[in-house]
Amino acid sequence: MRHLISIDDLSRADIERVLDRAESFAEVSGREIKKVPTLRGRTVINLFYEASTRTSSSFELAAKRLSADVLSFKAQGSSVDKGESLKDTIQTLSAYDPAAIVIRSPHAGAAQLVARWSGAPVVNAGDGKREHPTQALLDLYTLRRRVPSLAGLKVWIVGDVLHSRVARSNILAFSRMGCEVTVCGPPTLIPREVEALGCSVRYTLDEVGEADVIYALRMQLERMHGSFVPSLREYATRFQIDARRLSPSQLLMHPGPVNRGVELDASVIDSPQALIVEQVESGVVVRMAVLYELLAGGRADDPAAVREEVPVVVEPQPA
Amino acid sequence: MSEPSLDRRAVAPADALVRGAWLLDPRSGIDGGGDVLLTAGRIAEIGPPGSLEPPDSAEVIEADGLHAFPAFVDPHVHLRVPGREDEEGIDSGSRAAAAGGFCAILAMPNTDPVVDSAPVLASLRERAREEAHVPTGFLAAITRSQAGTQLTEMAELADAGAAGFSDDGLPVERAGVLRQALQYQRLCGRVLALHEEDATLSASGVMHEGAVSALLGLAGIPSVSESTMIARDAALAGYEGGRVHVQHLSASESVAAVEQAKAAGIEITAEVTPHHLTLTDDDVRSLDTGFKMNPPLRTEEDRQALIDALASGAIDCVATDHAPHSREEKEQPFEVAPMGVTGLETAFAVLHTELVLPGRLALAVLVERMSAGAAIFGLPAPALRRGAPANLALVDLEAKWQVGEAGYESRSANCSFAGRDLTGRVRMTIAAGAVAYRERSFAIEAV
Repeated sequence: MRHLISIDDLSRADIERVLDRAESFAEVSGREIKKVPTLRGRTVINLFYEASTRTSSSFELAAKRLSADVLSFKAQGSSVDKGESLKDTIQTLSAYDPAAIVIRSPHAGAAQLVARWSGAPVVNAGDGKREHPTQALLDLYTLRRRVPSLAGLKVWIVGDVLHSRVARSNILAFSRMGCEVTVCGPPTLIPREVEALGCSVRYTLDEVGEADVIYALRMQLERMHGSFVPSLREYATRFQIDARRLSPSQLLMHPGPVNRGVELDASVIDSPQALIVEQVESGVVVRMAVLYELLAGGRADDPAAVREEVPVVVEPQPA
Repeated sequence: MSEPSLDRRAVAPADALVRGAWLLDPRSGIDGGGDVLLTAGRIAEIGPPGSLEPPDSAEVIEADGLHAFPAFVDPHVHLRVPGREDEEGIDSGSRAAAAGGFCAILAMPNTDPVVDSAPVLASLRERAREEAHVPTGFLAAITRSQAGTQLTEMAELADAGAAGFSDDGLPVERAGVLRQALQYQRLCGRVLALHEEDATLSASGVMHEGAVSALLGLAGIPSVSESTMIARDAALAGYEGGRVHVQHLSASESVAAVEQAKAAGIEITAEVTPHHLTLTDDDVRSLDTGFKMNPPLRTEEDRQALIDALASGAIDCVATDHAPHSREEKEQPFEVAPMGVTGLETAFAVLHTELVLPGRLALAVLVERMSAGAAIFGLPAPALRRGAPANLALVDLEAKWQVGEAGYESRSANCSFAGRDLTGRVRMTIAAGAVAYRERSFAIEAV
């Protein structure tokens, strides 16, 4: 792997390797000193053109725990505000010879452009409504710790699929791991021909009982310019996951931040079936694993590199 | 009612003998080897190979192994003048046209300012008389500032030489306004060229709505955005007895709407671009902004329907919708980059390579459709006929080249086909009696 742009670029084996690596980093995270020296002396640039709390902070922490120097840019207050083009920004930042560039952009394909314009490996931290691959990886990681096997699991992704990059990456990721994916939401929020991604479509929650996992999406209130739903009240009555709809045998996931009372009822957020907190916790180790994969993974057959890393990184166990 | 006027810079009429070319002019029923003698810019004689002797003053163009077609006519280009001279000019755009084998082009009025008054039109025509390498016509806007609310002074613009009317780039959203334009057509003649799109259906779309847009998370432009407007405007044209020309057809539903209107006896014509005939939304997967245009590239099924319609004549002509954009603007994320691609220099070669060589479209049909736009706009169609003005494209159908290998005549490089290997190269273009383009490598032997 040179870049992480789309889940579509990853094989099942690639995904498993990253998740196994994340497991080994989880052990490090349990220690007093949570750092490993893998990226000592190297620089990771975080470039966030969109507001983000958990993604940007967990990428920053992940890079720091790998001992990298981290430069974080937000669009506000930078030369982007002065009208600098993405290309010029990338070429300027590339002059610092970064080991990797992590980019979040409101536009699909931005990470690809960064990869073209910079020599550095690029991690897509969300590009418009297209993809958010590290979110999908951390979701797989979280789920894998709770279930014996991902293969054959029935996963329902519920809500605003149209505007959701999380949905797109997760449909691809869950189906790549052998899950049966169904998307469900009002027809105005389900993209036409979304079946092409490898999922089936439902417009009601009537059969949600068949799901092993319900993955509720955030209603992206900030993107609701048109009349996608007549009212949030009506949306909630038909699509909200509440204690009545969530059975004790089902697991519940959500990428956060939750709109309480819209897509999720408060009672299920704190239920034992909810993996929402674990998802957030997984963010750092999975992003460490992604950075490791891109920056150090390729050196696995370099004996010097292995010698240096063996003491600090527990080699993955077979899944 | 006056004729549409085309302008170009002063030229020396050609005296030449085109010797040994294969002549193909489907409209005149010509398909065979022959010599063409040009005298003072007109076709003085057409004879069997070797039968014509050049007068002393004439140059001899050895065209052995080349095809001579009636030169092409493009009823849909953007020359970006006034306002975006950094992207294109009359000089560069018409040179690109000549290099593509075109002997006449019609420019759209969505410039800055919009061509919506006689003085703006007059200044463009004046510049064309200084700069244009091939006869160039200018359409005027249907509505003032293309705002869609108030008609331009259509009659006055027609008198000032407008080649037609169009709000291209935008639809005429209000049916009532288009109806008035159709009523005014009785006074001023000229065709109304329509960009068909329902803005409420296109919304913020940036590509065709379908499986690929679902995968990319891009807002889609549904096919019905185009076809429903065609149906509406065909009905209006039928009601008012007007004549409309549908620009850049992209969807199979649109083909059906045009066919239906034609069957109902409505005066409607349609054009299609080389990119819609050869590319699909699958190409957009790369998120390369060289595949971003409006209307968007649609599905393989749509593409096949467009080819069938071009072959059957349901679609009347090829038009490039040559739309130059600056590099900075195209070097942005797909959603932000402007819509449009260049096409003048590649049109024939692309269609020859992608449709004729695989046997999908007959060469004669392509050659006819490449200049059929002329008649739609009331211009004389180029012809290989004794006495006709010399409008010839000399083409080497075997020549292989790579798009962009030697740069572009156009000032912009936003070509969907950049880097593609094509077969078929225009060696020389004679437009309205004068040599407008010679490929550098194409040797000319003067007598």
